[in-house]
Amino acid sequence: MKKLQFSEIGKSFGSVVANDNISLSLGEGEILSLLGENGAGKTTLMNILFGHYVSDKGFIEVEGKKLTPGSTRASLDAGIGMVHQHFTLADNLTVLENIILGTEPLTRLWSQKKQAHQKLQDLSERFGLLIDPDARIADLTVGEKQRVEIIKALYRDASILILDEPTAVLTPQESEQLFKVLKEMVKAGLSIMFISHKLNEILEISDRIAVLRHGKLVGEVATKDATKESLAEMMVGRKVTRPAYEKLKIGKVVVELNDVCLKAKEGATSLSNINLKIHEKEIVGLAGVAGNGQAGLASILQGLASPSSGELKLFGDTLKKYGPSYLTESGVARIPEDRTKEGVIGEMEIWENFLGEELRTKSKSGFFIDKKEAVSSAEKLIEEYDIRCEGPYASTRLLSGGNIQKLILARSLSNNPRFIIANKPARGLDEGAISFVQQQIVNAKTKGAGVLLISEDLDEIFELSDRIAVIYDGKIQGPFDSNKVNINQVGLMMSGEMSKDSINEN
Amino acid sequence: MRIKTRRNTPVWLIAALPILSIGVAFIIGAFFIIWAGESPINAYIALIKGSLGSTFAITESLSRATPLIFTGLAAAVAFRAKFWNIGAEGQLYCGAMAATLVGTGMIDLPAPIMIPMLFIAGAIAGCLILLVPVILKTHMKVDEVVTTLLLNFVILLFVNMLLEGPWKDPMAMGWPQAARIIDNGVLPTIVAKSRLHLGLIVALLMSVLMWAIIRFTVWGYEIRAVGHNQQASTFYGISINKSVLMVALFSGGLAGMAGVSEVAGLKGYLTLTLSPGFGYTGIAVAMLAQLHPIGVIISAIFLAAIYVGADAMSRTIDIPNYIADILVAISLLSVLVGAMLTRYRIVWGK
Repeated sequence: MKKLQFSEIGKSFGSVVANDNISLSLGEGEILSLLGENGAGKTTLMNILFGHYVSDKGFIEVEGKKLTPGSTRASLDAGIGMVHQHFTLADNLTVLENIILGTEPLTRLWSQKKQAHQKLQDLSERFGLLIDPDARIADLTVGEKQRVEIIKALYRDASILILDEPTAVLTPQESEQLFKVLKEMVKAGLSIMFISHKLNEILEISDRIAVLRHGKLVGEVATKDATKESLAEMMVGRKVTRPAYEKLKIGKVVVELNDVCLKAKEGATSLSNINLKIHEKEIVGLAGVAGNGQAGLASILQGLASPSSGELKLFGDTLKKYGPSYLTESGVARIPEDRTKEGVIGEMEIWENFLGEELRTKSKSGFFIDKKEAVSSAEKLIEEYDIRCEGPYASTRLLSGGNIQKLILARSLSNNPRFIIANKPARGLDEGAISFVQQQIVNAKTKGAGVLLISEDLDEIFELSDRIAVIYDGKIQGPFDSNKVNINQVGLMMSGEMSKDSINEN
Repeated sequence: MRIKTRRNTPVWLIAALPILSIGVAFIIGAFFIIWAGESPINAYIALIKGSLGSTFAITESLSRATPLIFTGLAAAVAFRAKFWNIGAEGQLYCGAMAATLVGTGMIDLPAPIMIPMLFIAGAIAGCLILLVPVILKTHMKVDEVVTTLLLNFVILLFVNMLLEGPWKDPMAMGWPQAARIIDNGVLPTIVAKSRLHLGLIVALLMSVLMWAIIRFTVWGYEIRAVGHNQQASTFYGISINKSVLMVALFSGGLAGMAGVSEVAGLKGYLTLTLSPGFGYTGIAVAMLAQLHPIGVIISAIFLAAIYVGADAMSRTIDIPNYIADILVAISLLSVLVGAMLTRYRIVWGK
């Protein structure tokens, strides 16, 4: 008998078919990977399983018994545990408190912390999920928080564990450790569904791979019969082309940071003594686990924060004035991390968002908006960058993520910038959009721009960068020539374990 | 039954919304009239006659609408930038105080100079008092809803003190009121044998001006941008604090002008009954107009007509004029619910 069986699941949102007749099963002690691009329907399927959505047709069975649709409680009771990509933990409570949260009846006056403590200890020893039950969540690392999420599911006697992009926030080494734990768990009889779009790790961890594209199940293969290329083609539906890397003769220094420090606002990581030089015609990749100071560095280079000490030189001159408008005018292209919240104002029209960064310089006498000019230049860029929309007057919130990113690229790259600060430019986009974005950045480099590419995706960093720097806890190591470091060394530096010297010795 | 997001809100729907809401208000209001023991049809006929039935009724409605256009604009501009100025009532009295200070004999100039000066003085007073909440907000993150609201009471008590003490007009036979505005400062009436005065023209001009600013200028872009998305505005290089300050100056200034218009146009002197809550009703005016400066004109006239009409109605048939408050409240609630429905739609079935 199958542990979990999806039968002909269908779900549409308006005219968008998110799940089209998906039938899929998960055996006992099996790791099944669910592979697909953003928007392929993975999350919808999991939300149906977990009772957040009700499917339009089809049903789900757990161990042969039909699952009540639309009830999270029923799914939990059936032994389904979910580890979300974004953690659902209360920062100000301890590990133990987070785990028992919601498991105790309201009517009981005393909490059963003692028993819970014991159960937690047993679980964590059994699977090698080492964690201190009394530590506060806020003090844990990302990897540890994820462990808490997994234990939380196990504590509720989950026998089916669903992991939604679990490695997105981990270093390669932490991912390794997670995989070990997962293998331990399937040995003990648990079944795991692993959702990801990283091909390497899917090949490493799973027994079987199911591929979704545009809401349809397009393939189911045993992992031993799959290769990276075959999976990529199945996922995208055609051969994937990424921009070719080409080393160019570098030019003058465009950006130079000397001992730049930034005192962080609450919750963020401070920067200490950042030294970095970026030249014309090169891409410097900045690798690092999220939350290690990338946001602070990006905000300085985007003119949103000024360093608490140190010096920032732009095109050879020490920067005295900070501010987005000033940087944009001097030839800096800024690609923000959160394209929908920071990059555009969804409620405003497309032509207005094109104007955003240069509101004053592009207005008549700096006061009256030159709508005619703005609309016609928006029309031109929409055409040139192939932004799919109903025209310059359409509301920006109607654009897809990829098209919003194209808008941002068009806005900043059409001015022939000399320096580009790109903060996770390809994150969350589908393959077509990713290669478009990367190609635009590579083109800008060929035209002479220097680029700082901040990314959590090491593959992207290695594919595009001339030099690679690593940020950990607000400090930078490198940059190193990208052909002189490997992914393992960068991974170690991302977890703060490897020092600069050990690279130099290699 | 489920709720779905609309991809696009059709323009006719946005226009139809206030009209539908008013219809809903009248239907629900009818039940209250029946409850009060009268026929709703008779009551509504009396209401419409009393507000629009004669030249006099129309001028009364328009003169009631005048301060509401000012305070409605004050709320609309501030709310556009998500600056929640609930203090238009207090700013109105500040404007009235400034007009009284300047206009009761401090200076005496010909009317074409005197009248603009009163408006400018009132606007400055409204701005200045709003600076307090603005600075508390931008520098100490104090919520402006609380500060602007509480300042209303402070200002009203201060006016009360002035009227009972230093500003009390000895010629007023003991009534707590200030001296009259001098003749050159009084706003001339624009329709003979009515109370309708120049203030209405100024209010209409301000509506058009605010509409033009919001629509065609960099300031307007910044106000809208900050209202929609502060993070992206910051990324675009728009200073949130500067924008909030700018919006507050517009908002406080407009509310202050409402006070000038009432003191120098309608009453002729400052009293504590100068405004029966025009500042608060301005919020309803702005919401009903969906924060559109030209829409404010229409919704101010509509609300004024309901209030004036309800007064007339309570005189002719035996229904308390509180029915006006009920009608306004229901139409406001309907607009708020309706505004949500223009962004979503209800889908019956699965």
